[in-house]
Amino acid sequence: MALLEVNTLSVEFGDGPNPFRAVDQVSYSVEKGEVVGIVGESGSGKSVSSLSIMGLIEYPGHVKAEGLTFDGQDLLSMPVKKRRALTGADIAMIFQEPMSSLNPCYTVEFQITEALKIHQGGSKKWRRERAIELLEQVGIPDPTSRLKAYPHQLSGGMSQRVMIAMAIACDPKLLIADEPTTALDVTIQAQIVDLLLELQREKNMGLVLITHDLALVAEAADRVIVMYAGQVVETGPAEEIFSTPRHPYTQALLRSLPESSQGKERLEALPGVVPGAFDRPKGCMLAPRCPYASERCQREVPMVSGDSLRQVRCFTPLDLQGKPAA
Amino acid sequence: MSEAKLTSSTAAGQVESLLSVVDIKKHYQVKTGFMKPEANVKALDGVSFNLDKGKTLAVVGESGCGKSTLARVLTMIEQPTAGELRFDGQDVLGLGAEAAKVLRQKIQIIFQNPYGSLNPRKKVGTILEEPLVINTSLSKHARKQKALDMLAKVGLRPEHYDRYPHMFSGGQRQRIAIARGLMLDPQVVVADEPVSALDVSVQAQVLNLMMDLQQEMGLSYIFISHDLSVVEHIADEVMVMYLGKAVEYGSCEAIFNDPKHPYTQALLSSTPRLDPAHRREKIKLQGELPSPLNPPQGCAFHARCRYANERCAQQQPQLVNESGTQVACFAREEGRL
Repeated sequence: MALLEVNTLSVEFGDGPNPFRAVDQVSYSVEKGEVVGIVGESGSGKSVSSLSIMGLIEYPGHVKAEGLTFDGQDLLSMPVKKRRALTGADIAMIFQEPMSSLNPCYTVEFQITEALKIHQGGSKKWRRERAIELLEQVGIPDPTSRLKAYPHQLSGGMSQRVMIAMAIACDPKLLIADEPTTALDVTIQAQIVDLLLELQREKNMGLVLITHDLALVAEAADRVIVMYAGQVVETGPAEEIFSTPRHPYTQALLRSLPESSQGKERLEALPGVVPGAFDRPKGCMLAPRCPYASERCQREVPMVSGDSLRQVRCFTPLDLQGKPAA
Repeated sequence: MSEAKLTSSTAAGQVESLLSVVDIKKHYQVKTGFMKPEANVKALDGVSFNLDKGKTLAVVGESGCGKSTLARVLTMIEQPTAGELRFDGQDVLGLGAEAAKVLRQKIQIIFQNPYGSLNPRKKVGTILEEPLVINTSLSKHARKQKALDMLAKVGLRPEHYDRYPHMFSGGQRQRIAIARGLMLDPQVVVADEPVSALDVSVQAQVLNLMMDLQQEMGLSYIFISHDLSVVEHIADEVMVMYLGKAVEYGSCEAIFNDPKHPYTQALLSSTPRLDPAHRREKIKLQGELPSPLNPPQGCAFHARCRYANERCAQQQPQLVNESGTQVACFAREEGRL
């Protein structure tokens, strides 16, 4: 049984006849001890889908799903109190901007022990010792003195380490990292990704790595989910996705990276932009930008096809040579 | 006053570059607290390079290494503390206000964040024409014509002239910012992380546009970035900076195929790669960039460097020529690396 099962999850914002679908019937699963990468450009719904798993979508957002199960428990039908006890303890999340997700008014100690106090209780002394242990685990030098530090006294990398310490404080089974390294420098990014993967292996956690950096996912993830305009367009094992993409969007994304155009004058850019809230096309979301789009793509919405290991949402998925199937 | 220095720097007999920078420094006085003495932050501490017409120099480094300070000094937004800046053979820093104003038109800047660099209360047309209003005596009609031409050049449509910045996507805004930078027909464009706020597919569009414009208008770029894969694609020469100093400076091929400085090696190895064949052995750097308020003695990198010895902790290495690339590293000089 999968650790996390998401079955046709949709998140809509706004009431009335035409609410905006930020996440559109997304299904995926995360196994225990697996690293799943979710990639997509801004506006693709990757953050909103993970926030809805955490139960952090507030009015006017509505979460709908046929099933959202974690470790065999249905998250949507369970009482609010029980769900709250679960999130933060068994499912934890690391947010994008470490500098702004820590509360500037409280010390590192307060913020780490707060999670412990709520979920595990224990004496103040034990919580303090545990906080020191956690800071050590995430590689913060001199953890005892850092407990008294306020977030403004920490660098970006250090803040992200504190965020990770808070997230793993209650030994979660599933860790969702939403762009954990976007705000950081390259060498620090490498440190943080190493740390996350190390912790993931050590504790055999499921790790969902949300990022727009394709190369980062290629190096870190076992399985990859590619999202575009709220929909999952392709899923599969990381090597396959990057060596033989089957959806035109994945192919275009990979081709537009400077790394793929070495020795060429121009980058192969995908024309146009990700559709916003008011200009979503009727048929396939990618149709206006897709080089292979047919008339059918403009009219009908393609469904996900393929086995559970390799799925693609396209009428004419690409073959091994990167050409659309007839 | 610096005649001697200049001749030494151009003594090799080459034709003088379009933009040449010699040992430029920018130090800031900052308060460290009430009743405490002011500290001296060496944001830029002796950087030299030459930029030829139609070429791209990429400046690479992590945050706090002085990249953006360099951009501000080059565009004459700030006066350097010391050093020399020559444009087309003219000493820029010794000029009077009037002459400097004219010269400033020739070096323009594109900022990082197109969401912050365009005035939300002005229409695109007004934004584009503002440099012309200030610097030229063109008529209203001529200004509009020029703005429309420029819009077409950067791939926007004439109807965008009357719209406000919030009506555009990130990529389109960066196109507007580029158009504004080019309104005065500059020869050098300083681009400070021009694509780091953009999505991958849009990033490729903007990079293509920048390269097209370079060919069309013969521009020279100073391309400031932390994204090495972008730099590899666009640059002719690369300068790697660390804490206000250049640690390695050479041609793009040399830096990417054979990085010499341990910091450059670490930077390249920590950049994630799509193709497993391109991945390098990861060099794990310990710690973070030291505070510029309290820089370490000796080589700024020695605390994080695995080749460091006592000499590195005592003395500062200077850039030394090594098979066409300039490297500032004792380990390299002594043959330990």
